[in-house]
Amino acid sequence: MKVLAAMSGGVDSSVTAALLLEAGHEVVGATMKLWGGPSDQGCCSVADVDDARRVCHQLGIAHHVFNFSEDFDAAVVAPYLDAHTHGQTPNPCIECNRHLKFDRFLQRGRQLGFDAIATGHHARITNDGGAWELRRGADEQKDQSYVLHMLDQASMAMTLLPVGTMEKSVVRAKAAELGLRTAAKADSQDTCFLPSTGGRETFLGDRIPLRPGRVVDTAGNAVGVVEAVELVTVGQRRGLGTATGDIRYAIDVDTEAGVVTVGTRDELMVARQSLGSMTWTGEVVAAGDAVLVQTSAHGKTAEATWTGVEVAWNEPHRKVAPGQSVVLYATDDDRVLGGGIAQ
Amino acid sequence: MTTPRPLAYLDNAATTPMRPEAVTAMLPHLGEQYGNPTGSHSLARAARAVIEDAREELAAALGCDPGEVVFTGSGTEANNLAVASAASGPVLCSAVEHHAVLVPVTQAGGATIPVDADGRVQLAAIEGDATFVSVMLANNETGVVQSLGDVRARFPSAVLHTDAVAAFCWVDLAATTAMCDLVSISAHKFGGPKGVGALVVRDGVKVAPIIRGGGQERERRSGTHNVAGIVAMAAAASATVREREATIARVEGQREQLRRALLDVSDVTITAPSAPHTAGTLHALVGGVESESLLIALDDLGVCASAGASCASGALEPSHVLAAMNVDPVAAKGALRLSLGWSTTDADIDRACVALPKAIESLRVAR
Repeated sequence: MKVLAAMSGGVDSSVTAALLLEAGHEVVGATMKLWGGPSDQGCCSVADVDDARRVCHQLGIAHHVFNFSEDFDAAVVAPYLDAHTHGQTPNPCIECNRHLKFDRFLQRGRQLGFDAIATGHHARITNDGGAWELRRGADEQKDQSYVLHMLDQASMAMTLLPVGTMEKSVVRAKAAELGLRTAAKADSQDTCFLPSTGGRETFLGDRIPLRPGRVVDTAGNAVGVVEAVELVTVGQRRGLGTATGDIRYAIDVDTEAGVVTVGTRDELMVARQSLGSMTWTGEVVAAGDAVLVQTSAHGKTAEATWTGVEVAWNEPHRKVAPGQSVVLYATDDDRVLGGGIAQ
Repeated sequence: MTTPRPLAYLDNAATTPMRPEAVTAMLPHLGEQYGNPTGSHSLARAARAVIEDAREELAAALGCDPGEVVFTGSGTEANNLAVASAASGPVLCSAVEHHAVLVPVTQAGGATIPVDADGRVQLAAIEGDATFVSVMLANNETGVVQSLGDVRARFPSAVLHTDAVAAFCWVDLAATTAMCDLVSISAHKFGGPKGVGALVVRDGVKVAPIIRGGGQERERRSGTHNVAGIVAMAAAASATVREREATIARVEGQREQLRRALLDVSDVTITAPSAPHTAGTLHALVGGVESESLLIALDDLGVCASAGASCASGALEPSHVLAAMNVDPVAAKGALRLSLGWSTTDADIDRACVALPKAIESLRVAR
């Protein structure tokens, strides 16, 4: 097959390209230029593009750079700013997967005549002669199925995830064996467009108004102030300006009113939460079905029932910050059923 | 790695293959004639003589005095040196300048002169005077040529600089830039090697050096001379001037063939079709495709072309030239630049005429 390998400059995508070549595919590597703003670090920075290019050279394959910065700005950065303005906590890396990697990049691959794209994500796409299925990666700690939950049948049919069946240590060993310069490179951790100094606060502060807010308890009593209500995330405990002795969590953020409501841990727990913008990897999950729910990239799953619009947890669960992705797994804790955005 | 195959190289605006005369001229200086021109022994004096011969040769091609030629490490450096010479007072450059002029001008607090839909400066849009004005003779993306005479007439007392990097092959600089105080050129655009260029600094015009040290080039550009590069640059310049008319005649025919092949494809427009332009550049806007994809598809078919400037990561940047010309941003996404040169053969053109419609159609097919 002719495969377009998405190269981030990291060790996983480097080994992905190598494995595809070993399997006899015709491979071309490409890196997306998405940001390149003042932070220019983390995933896909200029330095990363150079690493990706050199790895491709080592492997003897062509390397291209796709400038998708306009799409990135429209589909990832602008919504990120908008979400924070409205007191939500977005997950930009998921939007990047949704709109850039498995949309724009995949379309470009198709257009250029490739049979498939490949990424270095730790997850598996399988097909037992029926439908395509998205499953957790072999390395539990590195499993990235959560951030890939938006894949559908069409995109899975055209995507290869070669390292999804491997432990990370094996991936690094493979890279070292091949003499790839990225073998010992650290994994990228933070959102690619947030500067290393100042992070989210600086980034947002430069672009949206950050307004002080009142902090109140569930009875409406004023308990403190925050400098920037747009920086508060539901579930956070620190930096809430509260002077009370007991531990309080942000349980609601109302940017319009400029109010953060705090509560006890018990008050943070909810029995159910509705999800919007649902996507399904295959069949839509029926109301009443039992599911396992994961609310963060590497968090533990919790048992719940899908009601058709809400996740109804078997046991009270921390309220998920609105804007965050919630992913539904089958009860085998392996297959991803779909996911949506916490409301 | 795919098997190397003959390429139809249509990216001469990016760089040109070295002329045989230039290679021949530089070889001894990669071997036994390795002297540093700054020195008193015979090897140094021999190197000195060689670069002074090159200076004279280049001056003849440029229509200036040898003492007015400052050797630099690139066209970009020549541009930077020119802009650095701007004294206090309003500094202007056209909105379509290469970044090697735009960036220094912007950093010096300068402003841009707007251009019309063809990319030619709209001098009437500027009020007042300026102490330094830079307008490129020919645009590296579109090939459109400016009227420097009009610029000089509008700013009679300004120091006038022209970036002639894209124009050298196609225009008689001696005649056309006589009214300019500073003229930049770059060797690898006219069959010389990369890593060497020159700035013409008319007698009486002061340049503040940006590279300081040993005081070479009469204090205007320090650093040991790139003897091999300088000698090759002069040889390439002479050959270019000698063959210019014949090259232009041949290239015009080749360009016309490409133009027809492009216009045969639906939804393709030639950029600034009626503006004066250099013979070698053909710029088009291809509807319904993205430049990035088109260049990859053409590359797969053995045709080397480009679309605009690349950034540090190697990705294509949207063209500031097309933006300044008010080209519709959607149309600008399909920009294609084909640039011919001294070595372009009819076989290159034939291959491109087959590849272009094939590449374009393949990208337009809905998948």
